[in-house]
Amino acid sequence: MPDKPSITVCDATLRDGSHACSHQITLEQVRTYAAASEAAGFSFLEVGHGNGLGASSLQVGESLVPEGEMLRAAKACLRRTKLSVHVIPGFATIQRDIAGALDAGVDLFRVGCHCTEADITQRHIGHVRSVGREAWGVLMMSHMASKDVLLEEAKKMQSYGAQGIVLMDSAGAYFPADVTEKIGLLASRLDVPVGFHAHDNLGLSIANSLAALEAGARIIDGTAKGFGAGAGNAPLELLAAVLRQRGYPTSLDFYRALDVAGVAEKLFAGSLPGASDITIVSGLAGVFSGFAKPVQRAATQLGVDPRDVFFELGRRKVVGGQEDIILEVANELARRQAGANPGSPAP
Amino acid sequence: MSQPRKLPVAILGTGNIGTDLLVKVLRSPVLDCRLFAGRNLSSPGMTKASLLNVPVSAKGIDSIRELRGQVELVFDATSAESHLKHAPVLAELGVTVVDLTPAQVGRMCVPAVNLADCLDQPNVNMVTCGGQASVPLAWAIAQANPGVEYIETVSSIASRSAGPATRINLDEYLLTTETGLRTFAACPHTKAILNLNPAQPCIHMQTTVMAKIRQPDLARTRERVEAMVAVIKKYVPGYQLILPPLLEGGRLVTMVRVDGLGDYLPRYAGNLDIINCAAIAFAEARAHRRQT
Repeated sequence: MPDKPSITVCDATLRDGSHACSHQITLEQVRTYAAASEAAGFSFLEVGHGNGLGASSLQVGESLVPEGEMLRAAKACLRRTKLSVHVIPGFATIQRDIAGALDAGVDLFRVGCHCTEADITQRHIGHVRSVGREAWGVLMMSHMASKDVLLEEAKKMQSYGAQGIVLMDSAGAYFPADVTEKIGLLASRLDVPVGFHAHDNLGLSIANSLAALEAGARIIDGTAKGFGAGAGNAPLELLAAVLRQRGYPTSLDFYRALDVAGVAEKLFAGSLPGASDITIVSGLAGVFSGFAKPVQRAATQLGVDPRDVFFELGRRKVVGGQEDIILEVANELARRQAGANPGSPAP
Repeated sequence: MSQPRKLPVAILGTGNIGTDLLVKVLRSPVLDCRLFAGRNLSSPGMTKASLLNVPVSAKGIDSIRELRGQVELVFDATSAESHLKHAPVLAELGVTVVDLTPAQVGRMCVPAVNLADCLDQPNVNMVTCGGQASVPLAWAIAQANPGVEYIETVSSIASRSAGPATRINLDEYLLTTETGLRTFAACPHTKAILNLNPAQPCIHMQTTVMAKIRQPDLARTRERVEAMVAVIKKYVPGYQLILPPLLEGGRLVTMVRVDGLGDYLPRYAGNLDIINCAAIAFAEARAHRRQT
């Protein structure tokens, strides 16, 4: 077997998992899990609100613990594993949010945006690089753009100073062939390493992650037990197994990497994600996985079918961060239902 | 009675905002556009201005300086960074400045709430597009509920309506919108979020205001919000309430959509429209006041 390239494995449990527990991660959970992540040897541990720095809000959900405290608590548990955060311009600002994260000792800033809007990351990536920290670019909801558009946007981020580019399948809508096409193009045309971040809405997170690796990805994201938005992410314990079996060198301690599953099972009992009618429809509709909980809440209050809400949100091509539209759509469906004649088809 | 003399104005900045503003100024019965100034004579905005027979210049702020004594009001539709440089020059010229960037140099003006208080100001700041849409709602919510603890606003705009200056000014947009909410709703904790959505056909601007309130009075809030929407409609015809205030998940939520007039960009660009309609409302009030 030819020598395979070394893979950077990013542990997003304490960031994407925030969506799975309505942003109620505790400091105790941060400490316990960060120690497990360090022991497993993941390259990076991402911590914070599901939508990243400065995103604790009525719009997306308020964090139980202020992000500065979460970041410091995690940092204190890490030695080899570096600390990363997710940053979305439009939520996070340099002055209010990135400055605080720099003080808390964050090593890597993964600056993300909707996959066609890379130019809004220019200042944030530039700032992080100017103070000597690492910055990557993240293209979110990347199922919504063609491979050529993604390449163009990724090249912009690279020109701003991004030292890695991650495609996120935020809706869990990719099929392996999509991954091969998009990651393949980016990996062959960019100067920086390319990564993939999967969601499991259609049960394809591991298959898609493997397709990414085979197409040239050098960075792969996962979460312990898939603890993440919607149906969850590629489970780290399974990624560790697949990477090992396919002969990709990593920094992982294999048994400790398997152990994170058990740690997560205990720590996040009751909040671990799984496939449901809602998450499946979310993936089919191509809507941000993090919408699952707010959609269920709004649908219950307004007496409409959450699956109808998801399909309508998909039709309107909402992007991550537009959670407020959920309530408008649910309200509109309820209004139409009330006005409809008995026996008429559901909207 | 003689026809009142129009207020001579100039527009600095020839991007989406400046060009849309130009169309609105030309339609105004009390404003007279003497100069449309930017830095690039071949930009789409400049081309449009030339076709409309408006004097143009590529010398930016210097061309305004050359008009000393000939214009009384200048709209600055450049960027926050540029306005910080322009403000002292314009102050020295003694013109009234309507700042459409999030530079926060002068007093914030949201016509539905504080137009009268701003008319004597040398420099007024039009907050942001999201601020013009959300601040009056936040103000109405605060009028109806004494116990507002926190106010947040989220705007979604079409990607095509966000030009380069808007994109590079995202941080200033958020901070200025938050300052606007804090100032007008007298609420210490505020947050602003902006989403760009590339969907085709383009989405119309939507703005949501959410609040945490001790013992919210929903009926009174609805009354106040509906009254406020009617006031805004007088100068922003496309402003419409699409989600009347409701309580959900421990928060009060209300939402508006802003259809633009389609003056420069198509009607989806309600964000351009609302800040420019607000700027025109101020400038026209200033013109009328000068007559009396």
